[in-house]
Formats: sequence, C-alpha cells, structure tokens
Amino acid sequence: MTQSRLHVPHPPARPGEKPDFSYLEIPPAGREPRPDTLAPALEIERLGTGMVRVLDEQGHAVGAWNPHLEPEDLQVALRHMLLTRHFDERMQRMQRQGRISFYMKSTGEEAVAVAQAMALEPGDMLFPSYRTQGLFIVRGKSLVDLMCQCLSNTRDMCRGRQMPIMYHWAEGNIFSISGNLATQFPQAVGWAMAAAIKGEDRIAATWIGEGSSAEADFHHAMTFAAVYQAPVILNVVNNQWAISSFQGFAGGERRTFAQRGPGYGIPGVRVDGNDFLAVYAVTRWAAERARASGGPTLIEHVTYRAAAHSTSDDPSRYRPKEEWQAWPLGDPITRLKNHLIALGEWSEERHAALEKELEAHVTACWKEAVTYGTLTEGPTLDPVSMFEDVFHDMPPHLKRQREELRRLLAAQHAAAAAQVPDGEG
Amino acid sequence: MAQMNMVQAINSALDVMLGRDPRVVVFGEDVGYFGGVFRCTDGLQRKYGEHRVLDTPIAEGGIVAAAIGMGVNGLRPVAEIQFADYIYPAFDQIVSELARLRYRTAGDYSAPVTIRTPCGGGIRGGQTHSQSPEGVFTHVCGIKVVMPSNPYDAKGLLISSIEDEDPVVFFEPKRIYNGPFDGDPHKPAVPWSTHPKGEVPEGHYAIPIGKAEIVRPGKDVTILTYGTMVHVAEAAVQLAGVDAEIVDVRTMVPLDVDTLCTSVCKTGRCVIAHEATRFSGFGAELSATVQEECFWHLEAPIQRVTGWDTPYPHAFEWDYFPGPARIAAALRGVMEAR
Ligand SMILES: Cc1ncc(C[n+]2csc(CCOP(=O)(O)OP(=O)(O)O)c2C)c(N)n1
Ligand SMILES: [Mg+2]
Repeated sequence: MTQSRLHVPHPPARPGEKPDFSYLEIPPAGREPRPDTLAPALEIERLGTGMVRVLDEQGHAVGAWNPHLEPEDLQVALRHMLLTRHFDERMQRMQRQGRISFYMKSTGEEAVAVAQAMALEPGDMLFPSYRTQGLFIVRGKSLVDLMCQCLSNTRDMCRGRQMPIMYHWAEGNIFSISGNLATQFPQAVGWAMAAAIKGEDRIAATWIGEGSSAEADFHHAMTFAAVYQAPVILNVVNNQWAISSFQGFAGGERRTFAQRGPGYGIPGVRVDGNDFLAVYAVTRWAAERARASGGPTLIEHVTYRAAAHSTSDDPSRYRPKEEWQAWPLGDPITRLKNHLIALGEWSEERHAALEKELEAHVTACWKEAVTYGTLTEGPTLDPVSMFEDVFHDMPPHLKRQREELRRLLAAQHAAAAAQVPDGEG
Repeated sequence: MAQMNMVQAINSALDVMLGRDPRVVVFGEDVGYFGGVFRCTDGLQRKYGEHRVLDTPIAEGGIVAAAIGMGVNGLRPVAEIQFADYIYPAFDQIVSELARLRYRTAGDYSAPVTIRTPCGGGIRGGQTHSQSPEGVFTHVCGIKVVMPSNPYDAKGLLISSIEDEDPVVFFEPKRIYNGPFDGDPHKPAVPWSTHPKGEVPEGHYAIPIGKAEIVRPGKDVTILTYGTMVHVAEAAVQLAGVDAEIVDVRTMVPLDVDTLCTSVCKTGRCVIAHEATRFSGFGAELSATVQEECFWHLEAPIQRVTGWDTPYPHAFEWDYFPGPARIAAALRGVMEAR
C-alpha cells in the first residue's frame, strides 16, 4: 500500500545553522544570450531558468546584455541607490526614537527600483510595492515629501490617513501603495490596457514580493496581461523571504518565479537583482517589447532582503544572522561602485565624499520635515479633515459626524484650558 | 489557575485542542516556525509537528479554501488570517462556500472551520491594520461570529469554536492582547495580571457560543458592547457617574437576545458601543433587536457610539476611536431624555 505524505518546505538554514544558498544556481556573468525584443515567448523560455548577469566578479560589464551606459549615468545610479539606503537608515532610526510609527527598509535590493525607474520613461506609470522607495527617489520626489508622509504631518501627501511609506505621487506617475498585498499587480495591467485602448506609447510597470505572488491577484494580472497582450512589465522581487517564510512557501522550490511566465504565454526573465546593469538592460528589453505591441514581460529579480521585514520584525528568530554576509550576489551598491572604480570613473575617496554629502542632505531634509509637524508635536493636521475624500462630495451623514467631532474637540480644548492653573497663563 | 494574557490564552486553547483532538490542524501566514506575528501560535509547531501546525503561502483565499477542503476530509482546521484587514481575498470562499456548504448539500457536507483573526485599532496601524469587519460577516447566513474581551473568555470561546460543527469567524481585538485598555492611550499600559479575567485555567474548558455576559450589573442604563470596547465602556461609566449595566455580547451570531433584552427591559435605556463604523454596523442589528423586544420599556431613544464612517486614519487614531468621553456623553444623553 502506498501512502501520501505532506511536503512542508524548509528553508536551507534556520537560526544557529550555517547559511546555505546552494539552492541558487548562479551562472557566470554574460552567459545568457539577448534575444530579439519581439521573440515569441515560448522560444525564449530559457530566460526564465538562467539568470541575466552583466557585472562579473572583477567588476567588468560583459555579454550581450551590457546596456553600455555612460559613466555619468552610472554615477547618478550610484547616488540614487546610496540616497535610498541613507534615507532608509535615517527613517529606521527615527522610528526607533518614536518619531514615526513604522518603517520598512529596502536594504540590499536598491538596484531593482533604481535601475528600473531609470530604464523607464517619465510618462510610464509605476504601481509600486512598499519596498520600492527607490522609484520615488529616481523620479525626483523630494525626501522632505517622503518624510512628511512618514510623519503624518501637515505636508503629508496622504493627509494623515496612511501608515508610513504608503506614498503616492500623481505628478510623478506613481500609483498609491496599498497595505493589502498584490492588489497593484492586476491594476497595473488595467492601466496598460487603457494605454493600449487609447493608443498611447506609455507603458505600466508593477512590483510585488515573491511571497505576495501566491495571492490570486498574481494570477489575475498574468491572465489579463496575456489575454490582452497589455503593455506592462510585471516584476516579482524575489528577496528570498516573506516575513518569516522563505521563498519555497510561495512555490519557489521546484520552479523559478520567472518560469511561471511561459505557462501564461508571457516571457519570463530571471535577472540578478543586485546587478544594476542587468536589471537596467532587462527592463529596457521588456519596455521596448511592450511599446512595440509585443505584450507583457514577467521579470524575477533575484535579490536578498538584508534588513528586517519591518520595524515590527525580528529576523533573528527565523533566519541565521549571517545570511546577508553569505548572500552570493553581494551588495548592489558595492557592485556598482566596484564597476565604476574598474572603469576608472570612481574612487574610494569620491565614494566617501558622496556618502557624507548624502548623509548631510538626509539630515537637512529631516530637519525641514519635522518643522511641518510630527505625530506628537505641532503643527498638526485638523482631525476633522478625516471626513474629506471618503466621497467626492461629502454626504449628509458624514457632515453630521464631522460636526459631532468638532463639538467634541472644542469641549476637549475647553476642558484642557480650564485645567491650566491660575498664574501660569 | 495561571495568569495569562490574551495571546497566551489563545495559545493555550490551541495547545489544548491540538493535544486532545488529532483532527485539529492550525495554519496561516508565519504561524508555524515563527509562531505568528502576534505570537499566538508560539511553540506549537515544535510541540505538535509541522503536519499539525503549518506555515502557508500568502494567499488568504487559498488558506480558507484549503481549510474547507480539509474540513470536508475530516479535519478540524483552525486558520489564522494575519489581520482582519486581509480577510477580503478569502471573502468568496467564506461567503459563498464555507457559510453555505451545509445548506446547499442538505447537510451531507460541511466544514467545521475556525478562522482566527486580529481586529481593531489603537496600535497606530492605519487603515490596513485596524479594521473591525465583524458586521460584514454577521450579515452572512451560516457562519458564527465571536469576539472575546478578555483572556478567560478568549480561551473558552476559542475551544468552543473549534469544537463547533459550524464555521466560526473568531475576532481577536489586538489592542487588548496584552492588557485591558480603557480608551486612554496616555495612561501606562495595564497588564492582564491586574484583571480577574487574566486568571485562566490551564486545561480544557468551554464557554458556550451564543451566550452574552453581564460584566457590570447596574440599574440605570444598559450598554451593549464587545471586544476592546467593554473596557472602554467601564471607563465611560466612571466618567458619566451612572449606574450602567454593561453587557459583553461576546457572540454576535447567534445572538443572546434574552440576556441583552432582559437587561434593557430592566433599565429602560440602551447605549450600543462598537469600534467598527456606524452605518450598517452590527450596532444597527442590536438596535433593531432592542427596539423590537423592548419598545414598551424604553424611556429614551437608543444611542449608538461607533467609529466614524471613514477608513481608520493613521494620524487621528484617537479622534476616530470611540473613547470613554463619547460613550459618557451618550450615557448622559439617554439619562436626560424624557
Ligand atoms: C493581503 C495581505 N495579506 C497579508 C499581509 C501581511 N503581510 C505584509 S508583508 C507580508 C510579507 C510579504 O512578503 P513578500 O511579498 O515576499 O515581500 P517582501 O516583504 O519580501 O518585500 C505579509 C504576509 C498583507 N499586508 N496583505
Ligand atoms: Mg519577499
């Protein structure tokens, strides 16, 4: 008699064990051929099993995918990635000091958002996840604005209604970040369908974590994108972890995430997510394809979530502390820096100077941001503004509730004023 | 008896049921190895093995659908949805499937699934970590809906939910996981060890589903409430200086109409308090029930104190939360009405 037995995926290492990334097959840089941008999806299936890599161990750019960027562009990229990292560091510290309620860092995966935002056109519409703050930085949203959102202060773009990091930027063509995972994935497809209906040359791009790719919304996005050949780039950021669950719990044990593409008739490309040049090149390829009516592309970015999931998380409870040091694809910032140095276009001195400059910039931005208020210190938003924007025109029941809150707040202020002892006023 | 906070009480209920009944399986996102983001399943995978306590993919629809399948195949699944705000991808599976399976098969199929999920605000979670969607589920025929207000009830009601033949959505007010909360965020946190309901037996016991509890007897007015708001109501009673009877509803479906309405008929006045939004909230059902059952005893219009009809705003959490001052104002209002 045979008996079935439930398979429960296990990460290669838990706390106290030696980090082990042997499950990752990493081809040498430059190995993957670069197909024509309009190649049929099923003829390029191997792009989903290999890994597009451009930067080799010596920091040289090699192979057909080398995007041949100018050194000035690479320096800008390095600046964006470093600024993202310093911004993250500062906001994490501010959360620890109780100045903001929550934060999520993108440490170790900065190349994904930065390279992709640089590879797309400013008119392309971005549907971000919560770990793609680099998109805002590349598109030029000021750090002060991002900080004000995290502070829920008087300059907060969300007017105090959202937790930190749930940014949006209409003028910058960046959609609103949702707390509900994966919802943006099929929405981006709809946006791209509209662009095609209207006959525009703008495309959409969207991001989810590998863990979130288990949600049904992933399937909705893939199906609609394939059926309508929507001009959209669908990115799965495989940073190996989804809070405490490793990527095997999202179905990554036997197939890559990119390999799901061909199942839907969509090309799937797996890329070294810590290789700025590779991410940039693959994104350009997918964008060209989408703009030329070649339809959607699924890109899997292989990277590593170097930081905790969020400020509420303690990863030492579920993964080895040294995993990040053992991560075979390295640090995206160090790798681009070494490439620039190898090109003779950068130096340790310039790098140190840039870090100092960016740190000072972040400090100055923070100093300005807090002048618009913090969660605990004024100036503060008017609480009755919470009733606005529920609907376009405020219905009567909300007007009544707003009046009730007004009266309550007035009574509270009167009571507080009455408590100030005489002689102190 | 042991001292337990609500997390430990829930953990203990799961522990007891996993130990007693080999059909019980516990699963959800980060529930297994890690023990849950709120630690409710801490240590259970180590104790019962990874075939009884499992991590799942991030797919709430999949979690509930799999629970239904397991339930149909003889298990007693206890699924965790990490936050009530993330239960919506599972809505179709709960409403169209889980709730109606027994009915549409004339009793030939059913799935005794328990869905545990943390709800409520007060933790600076903004609109996606603060919702109280119990009213959405009380409107669905075929599922029971429970929300405890303390560790003792949490354990007893969770055990009853798991033992129940029908599906149960079990809401855990996360603000009171670690201690009772009276609605004043500026006061130092109070642990459950200071509260009589923090005394929890280690072993098996059940609190029946469908039974409300009078947590404070009084004669002037009845407060119908549940979850975190039970404690807020107690503070409001002090503030208003009225002799109110507080009824902890505990189970929304099926509703203990007897206990609720006996109290209102006795006091002649009724204030209803919940954290969820007002319009079509569960308070509307309570109000209608009281009107139907107690009309000739009422001396004042029934009043509802609820969250405003907006999403839960991050910056204005305490202007949104229906705190003691608002409940006290309603209490004074019904006392003055003539
Ligand atoms: C619908 C939904 N379910 C659950 C959650 C809780 N949650 C927030 S982030 C997260 C893990 C996501 O992991 P992944 O998609 O890999 O992204 P990463 O955090 O690694 O960037 C979970 C389970 C949520 N926000 N929304
Ligand atoms: Mg991840």
